[in-house]
Amino acid sequence: MNDHVEASEQGARDTFPKILLDLAAHRADKVAIREKFLGIWQSHTWAQSLDNVRDLALGLAAHGFARGDKIAIIGDNRPHLYWAVAAAQALGGVPVPIYQDSIVEEMEYVLEHAGVRFVVAEDQEQVDKVLAVRDKVPGIELIVYKDPRGMRHYREPGLEWYEDIQKRGRDFHADKPDYFTDEVAKGRGADLGVMLYTSGTTGRPKGVMLSYDNVIFAAGVGIRHDRLTENEEVVAYLPMAWVGDHLFSYGEALCAGFTVNCPESGETVLQDLREIGPTYYFAPPRVWENILTTVMVRIEDAARVKRWLFHKFMKVAERVGERIMDGRTVGIGDRLLYGLGEILIYGPLKDNLGMSRIRVAYTAGEALGPETFSFYRSLGINIKQVYGMTEATVFVTGQSDGDVRNDTVGGALPGVEIKIGDGGEVMFRSAGVFMGYYKNDEATAEATTEDGWVHTGDAGLIDGDGHLKIIDRAKDVGALTDGTMFAPKYIENKLKFSPFVREAVAHGDARDHVTAFVNIDLDAVGNWAERRSIAYTSYTDLAARPEVYGLIREEVERVNRSLAEDDGLAGAQIRRFLILHKELDPDDNELTRTRKVRRAFVADKYKALIDGLYSDASAVDIEAEVTYEDGRKGTLKATLTIEDVTVTAPTAKAA
Amino acid sequence: METDKHIGPVLLSTDRISLSFGGVKALIDVSAAVREHEILGIIGPNGAGKTSLLNCINGVYRPQEGSITFKGKTRNRMKPHQAAGQGIARTFQNVALFRGMSTLDNIMTGRNTKVRSNILLQALWWGPAKAEELEHRAFVEQIIDFLEIQSIRKTPVGRLPYGLQKRVELGRALAAEPDLLLLDEPMAGMNVEEKEDMSRFILDVNDEFGTAIILIEHDMGVVMDICDRVVVLDFGRKIADGTPDEVRANQDVIDAYLGVSH
Repeated sequence: MNDHVEASEQGARDTFPKILLDLAAHRADKVAIREKFLGIWQSHTWAQSLDNVRDLALGLAAHGFARGDKIAIIGDNRPHLYWAVAAAQALGGVPVPIYQDSIVEEMEYVLEHAGVRFVVAEDQEQVDKVLAVRDKVPGIELIVYKDPRGMRHYREPGLEWYEDIQKRGRDFHADKPDYFTDEVAKGRGADLGVMLYTSGTTGRPKGVMLSYDNVIFAAGVGIRHDRLTENEEVVAYLPMAWVGDHLFSYGEALCAGFTVNCPESGETVLQDLREIGPTYYFAPPRVWENILTTVMVRIEDAARVKRWLFHKFMKVAERVGERIMDGRTVGIGDRLLYGLGEILIYGPLKDNLGMSRIRVAYTAGEALGPETFSFYRSLGINIKQVYGMTEATVFVTGQSDGDVRNDTVGGALPGVEIKIGDGGEVMFRSAGVFMGYYKNDEATAEATTEDGWVHTGDAGLIDGDGHLKIIDRAKDVGALTDGTMFAPKYIENKLKFSPFVREAVAHGDARDHVTAFVNIDLDAVGNWAERRSIAYTSYTDLAARPEVYGLIREEVERVNRSLAEDDGLAGAQIRRFLILHKELDPDDNELTRTRKVRRAFVADKYKALIDGLYSDASAVDIEAEVTYEDGRKGTLKATLTIEDVTVTAPTAKAA
Repeated sequence: METDKHIGPVLLSTDRISLSFGGVKALIDVSAAVREHEILGIIGPNGAGKTSLLNCINGVYRPQEGSITFKGKTRNRMKPHQAAGQGIARTFQNVALFRGMSTLDNIMTGRNTKVRSNILLQALWWGPAKAEELEHRAFVEQIIDFLEIQSIRKTPVGRLPYGLQKRVELGRALAAEPDLLLLDEPMAGMNVEEKEDMSRFILDVNDEFGTAIILIEHDMGVVMDICDRVVVLDFGRKIADGTPDEVRANQDVIDAYLGVSH
């Protein structure tokens, strides 16, 4: 087709639509994307993907889509939504993916702020949310929906089915066969390619503008660093609005030409993972920890022989697994034992988790517990920490094969410079640095310096090998009244390394000592309680059990012992804690959509609890407002126990 | 959301049916009708005869007096499996699934009345029987997608929470592609969120497949929200029949629910 000829004549691969044309020409029959639908993995080749993108783009063009128009994309990871991203870019428009679990107000803000003209929504649920704010966001002209279920009786103007738009696109193509390729050819690498709204722990989300150059640079970094090829298989299950998914499942997938797999639904991800067996996998620490917790819970329920075998061989793996993966010397006896373990335990376990083909896996976003990290690596799963942010198009630092340590996030990746600025703040500079925040020059100026460095807002250290160690958010690092450094996240992460702790919030800035809120992990603690025949009716009930308080106190004391080993932090041990009666939830604004604690909000909302922690009280009453998924509100009342904890004398050797 | 629902002609009607067990009169002279594409709610205090009425409709009980007309055919006697074959499916007050079988297999059993090939061919999974099974499986997959239960496709239903079991049961009833669906307290014992989900699915079934539905439910909020028409029974008699608003304002209904001194 002349489409492809034109693209390859130009030879430029500086925008994703151009790369797509190239792939459709040269690898037409290779599978680009799969989706499990009606129980079957349905495949689409690069050629079919291009057809879909072109039909959709031209259908939108027929509706007056102009260069620079913003198009919101809302839904789970679906081929049709990735095609919508490409279709928007093909016409010189700007895709704005929105978190699919956003509540109406959040969605309204982004739609309004971005000045969205077109919306591509997955289904009725998302359409309803957009319709609910439509009178407040008059700029929305057309809403396209993929799944027609329940949509039959909608009579609102400007509401169209995806396939009808594509049909119109085909008619348009018959009329103007060169329109699509002409529009694609107009794109330039420096153009604005995508806008991603960062959830931000404070204030309104900001629209991060990334150019094609940004994303293509970052994709190149990832592809070279981990030698990704067109044969990789990834499972796209993290929100499309998150920069990581945009880079791994869209940017890198196109640049390297590998296959993206979309799960059947949010609940089936683990089963789908197993069926696909990805070779390249990304998960935030929460997912790695959940999987480990599930494995441990199941092992505890397994027959005694199996349990014994598992623990036996996990000891072997702990001892030599990481050394073997790093290619270091290991005795022949241990190698044989490890090999036997691979046959008996590690192999079947990895197969069960869908991880037997993983070549490289990333974790990022938050710190991953050292035990969790070592667990996967000792099984031979090459998991690495990556440090990055939306403003960097993900990549700042990353761990290299053979040089992985669990207390750092690795060295600066090729093409990225890092340094420590004022107040210990980590700063970086690269070709992935974002174009700016949309309609917010003030914030852009605050985040960047004139010579191109970007403030990360994270406090960190660079060690002798050039590895970066992140301590906390720079603005969160405070001090106790006696001057001891107080790094809340550092303490919280240590707490969260326990399988029983799902979330934690530490307090202590300008106080005499440190205290903490703890959220228990319902699965792990629930299973623990069941095995001890402790009856409970609900999360709130379980959280308030004295036995559970005892369990968590042990975990807090473990953290204190570990803090005591560190010179500067021994004074910041936890003196008192309480277990929250409900899980912190993004719907209640307590967490961001990427599950980071909104510190100021939580401190304000639970002021009564904090006051209780810093009094002599042994219990405190709380009345909290909760927001249900449909937006209704209710209140929850509870009395929470406060528990004192013993602190450990500093054990650090004088350096 | 504005809808343009077209309720069709009468699909099933009971004409003055009476049912008694010995001296106990479960139904007395009940005449009611459900139209195509309609959701009809049946409410009434405990023991009012709601479930007995459903049992008469799908042939479990045979009323001593009166007749039942379904799709224009009046009948005196019908076995439950005949009712199923003619397009009446139901769910039960208590979950009645095969607990050891997976969600998928349970819903497949709902296709039973649609199977054409004989048992020998089915056992051999050969020729037309194989093609037929694949056809049924494809249909069942659509139901699984519709009810959003992909993640429990292979899970034995005995391991599922109650709310999901009820959803599987609805799936099995839908597998028979019924014209009339009888739901006996589909939301009993559910929490608010599960009830909302179930209500949504009932409305979607009605909307998407045009299935007429008779629903017995105790939660007045749900009944008033999703039903097009409501029939009220009290001590075996029909005391009201109308739109939710009419029924809500009916003095006999208020008396029956709140109790009056006679």
